[in-house]
Amino acid sequence: MSSFTATQNFSRRDVLKLFGATGGGLALGASGLGWSPMVMAQSAESRLNLFIAIGEDNKVYLTCHRSEMGQGIRTGIAQVLADELGADWDNVVVVQGLADKRYGSQNTDGSRSIRKGFDKMREMGAMARTMLEQAAADKWQISIAEVSTSNNRVSHAKSGKSATFGELAMAASKVKLPDVETLSLKSPKEYTHIGASHAIVDMQDMLTGKAQYGYDVQVDGMLCASITRPPVFGSEVAKFDDSAARKVAGVVDVIQLSATKGAPMFHPLGGVAVIATNSWSALEGRKALQIEWTDSINDSHDSQAYLNMLKERVSQPGKLMRQQGKEVTDWPADSTISALYTVPYLAHAPMEAPSATASVTASGCEVWASTQTPQSVQQNVAAALGLKEEQVKVNVTLLGGGFGRKSKSDYCVEAALLSKKAGKPVKVCWSREDEIQNGYLHAISAQLYQAKLGTDNMPEAILQRSGFPSIGSTFSEGADYPAGWELDLGFVDVPLAVKSLRCEAVKAEAHTRIGWMRSVCNIQHAFGIGSFVDELAVKAKKPCTVMWKELLGDVRQETFANQEFKYGNYGEDLARHPVDIARYRGVIDAVEQAMKKAGTAGHNQGWGFAVHRSFTAFVATALLVEVSEDNQLKVLKAISAIDAGTVVNPDRVKSQTEGAVMFGLSLAMMGEIDFKEGKVVQSNFHDYPMLRMSQCPAIQTIVIESDAPPAGVGEPGVPPVAPSLTSAIFAASGMRIRDLPVSKRLKV
Amino acid sequence: MSDTVLTLKINGKLFQLDADPKMPVLWAVRDMLGLTGTKYGCGAGLCGACTIHVDGKPARACLTSLSQVQGKELTTIEGLEADKLKQAWTEHKVPQCGYCQPGQLMSAAALLSQNNKPSDSDIDEAMAGNICRCGTYTRIKLAIKSASGQIKAQEVTA
Repeated sequence: MSSFTATQNFSRRDVLKLFGATGGGLALGASGLGWSPMVMAQSAESRLNLFIAIGEDNKVYLTCHRSEMGQGIRTGIAQVLADELGADWDNVVVVQGLADKRYGSQNTDGSRSIRKGFDKMREMGAMARTMLEQAAADKWQISIAEVSTSNNRVSHAKSGKSATFGELAMAASKVKLPDVETLSLKSPKEYTHIGASHAIVDMQDMLTGKAQYGYDVQVDGMLCASITRPPVFGSEVAKFDDSAARKVAGVVDVIQLSATKGAPMFHPLGGVAVIATNSWSALEGRKALQIEWTDSINDSHDSQAYLNMLKERVSQPGKLMRQQGKEVTDWPADSTISALYTVPYLAHAPMEAPSATASVTASGCEVWASTQTPQSVQQNVAAALGLKEEQVKVNVTLLGGGFGRKSKSDYCVEAALLSKKAGKPVKVCWSREDEIQNGYLHAISAQLYQAKLGTDNMPEAILQRSGFPSIGSTFSEGADYPAGWELDLGFVDVPLAVKSLRCEAVKAEAHTRIGWMRSVCNIQHAFGIGSFVDELAVKAKKPCTVMWKELLGDVRQETFANQEFKYGNYGEDLARHPVDIARYRGVIDAVEQAMKKAGTAGHNQGWGFAVHRSFTAFVATALLVEVSEDNQLKVLKAISAIDAGTVVNPDRVKSQTEGAVMFGLSLAMMGEIDFKEGKVVQSNFHDYPMLRMSQCPAIQTIVIESDAPPAGVGEPGVPPVAPSLTSAIFAASGMRIRDLPVSKRLKV
Repeated sequence: MSDTVLTLKINGKLFQLDADPKMPVLWAVRDMLGLTGTKYGCGAGLCGACTIHVDGKPARACLTSLSQVQGKELTTIEGLEADKLKQAWTEHKVPQCGYCQPGQLMSAAALLSQNNKPSDSDIDEAMAGNICRCGTYTRIKLAIKSASGQIKAQEVTA
């Protein structure tokens, strides 16, 4: 049995020396740069293109330039590359790409890694395969047309010759790059890895504690920082006393960070940082700080009062965003139904709070971060330090969840500024309280939906209004209307076949940093329209699935022509990613059938249903709930059908859709961030709870088979969950919940 | 606050730490011993990401001080020998982001060491303290049942 000594006041370097002295298998993850993605990046032998290198040992090194946060992208991108390459999956090693403009955008949000990258990755794979085939053809002095490739091997059937990728790699790397136009790509029938449910490449590391997240980075000589930030947005440090903090064992320094004026952007909030040899000393030192804050214009922000104001505003005319048919001005009381829906502020709460490590030296800065967007880290760190972007090297660790929080690089800039001031590498770790109280929140919102009913209680006209502080306010000071692109997210783009449809937006000022969270504004908009369609269905005495099909109307591809707005369609061409009523019907029918199979609801039980298109994918979700006599809610079953076009890894599409149901249930059942006197009220999982195992329903996921271009997957499963839940609660109990979360009315 | 030399037995090895006895085991194993598989999630015993075993029983390392574990045997994810459980986790393709999974595995292993055929409600109860924000709960439950021989291992594929 070996023995080992470490001291709280020791620096990381001293501890590492001790590890070196004692040896053995103790130092898991302790070697400064010993986390796998970087080591692998160095060991490739022959580079065929930006994404593919082949080792002499026949290993295939595939670069993932997007961030892994649970969606399985390190596996998915590798599958697409490996497929066209003709690689043997057992020989594939995934390398994590650094921040690098040559990759194109690395911003891993908007459910677009596969949606945007599928064709490019296939080309990269085919290009490398062609080079390997050319090298073989040259070697055997035959035409490239005579060779074929599979399982890491190029073969010539006629002569029986064959060579491994490893044997051909060096020669292939010298072959002239083939023209993209000349590449021959596989037909879907020939796919070997696309469409296969390969296990994620990081599985074993995740089950043994070896997987390295931003929080786990350890660099020689590194110090740990914990930062107290302004409790109210817009305030800053007036004065502080750090004498007690400096006496805490392990505390090395206390450094003030200044606030940046104007739009929040990705700037640090400012505050006071305690720097220590270890995380606990930093946290303890922070408790001993005495800080006075300046006044802020947001000191009086009260979320309940603000929500009441938004409800009043959506009850009055707003700014026109879309008009289908003629505006209806006559709303007779006896044939009009209307409802107001609200969703509170929400925080992302990834299990790993934001964390980044930076090392500033004379020549530049190196960052290791749990980030969704390494290029933004590079830009913002360079700007904060006065460096050129190429002087900032950004390594991407695994992310312990992201959900949009980690596509804001403020915490990475904090680490860089502190490393510069401390003269040593510094790791900044946000606590859970920091994450909940100082984040970029999902906007608080109110929506009005109103319908004029005609024959058989079917709507002839619908009016809808939306109000929420815009993400635009994070980038442009004073932005106080929902932006057009935010309204494209489930508000103006619902293809309802009613004679008159009018969509308006109302004013909403921001009082905190507003950000995007998994499925973004689709959260409130799907809750609004999904709930309202259920209310219409109840009124017309029709199943909700039938009401949806009737409201969506004839099978067509909606183009929103002549409606005074240009639909953004998640950055996609409408012809390639259509708003296709047939695909809406496909997911509705699939869920309808599964509901029938699952059986009718029992005593105090009810089914709810909603369908939504977002990130160019179509998802229908049905939930079966029970509401007991004493108002206890139990979610019994969830059925989701997703049509995301071509699917790379069916199991990961399934797991994302399962996870989206859980994410949607967490926010709908319990999610609420409140402000009192400008400050966030909630602080940790006791008052900002997440769904736990006992609250979790049985889940059935149906992945629709399709050869349409790949759509988004990570986010589209979230939006239909909240309206499906509240509709199910109505069916079970007659209680219509229009203000989230459900926990205001029911025990959850 | 004066530091003291403390002896810890972790994963069968002895370590001497010159640290404040009040320091939570979480930060000692992560920052001083480099065992980063034990995760910080909340620092308040609410999420289970830091679950370790103290003399075979599950404990939250964020709320357990070094002084409380003197003379006790600690196991972290790096030392967890639970091949069947890990095999089941692999078969059911449980992890998404993976961050909470060390804590989930530690809680599940502790449950199976006490109860070799846990029912659904036994599992709900034992796993109640472990949050998974990605929402892998249904697969965790299947994996626990699979590891305890209550269901046949099945491929979780579409």
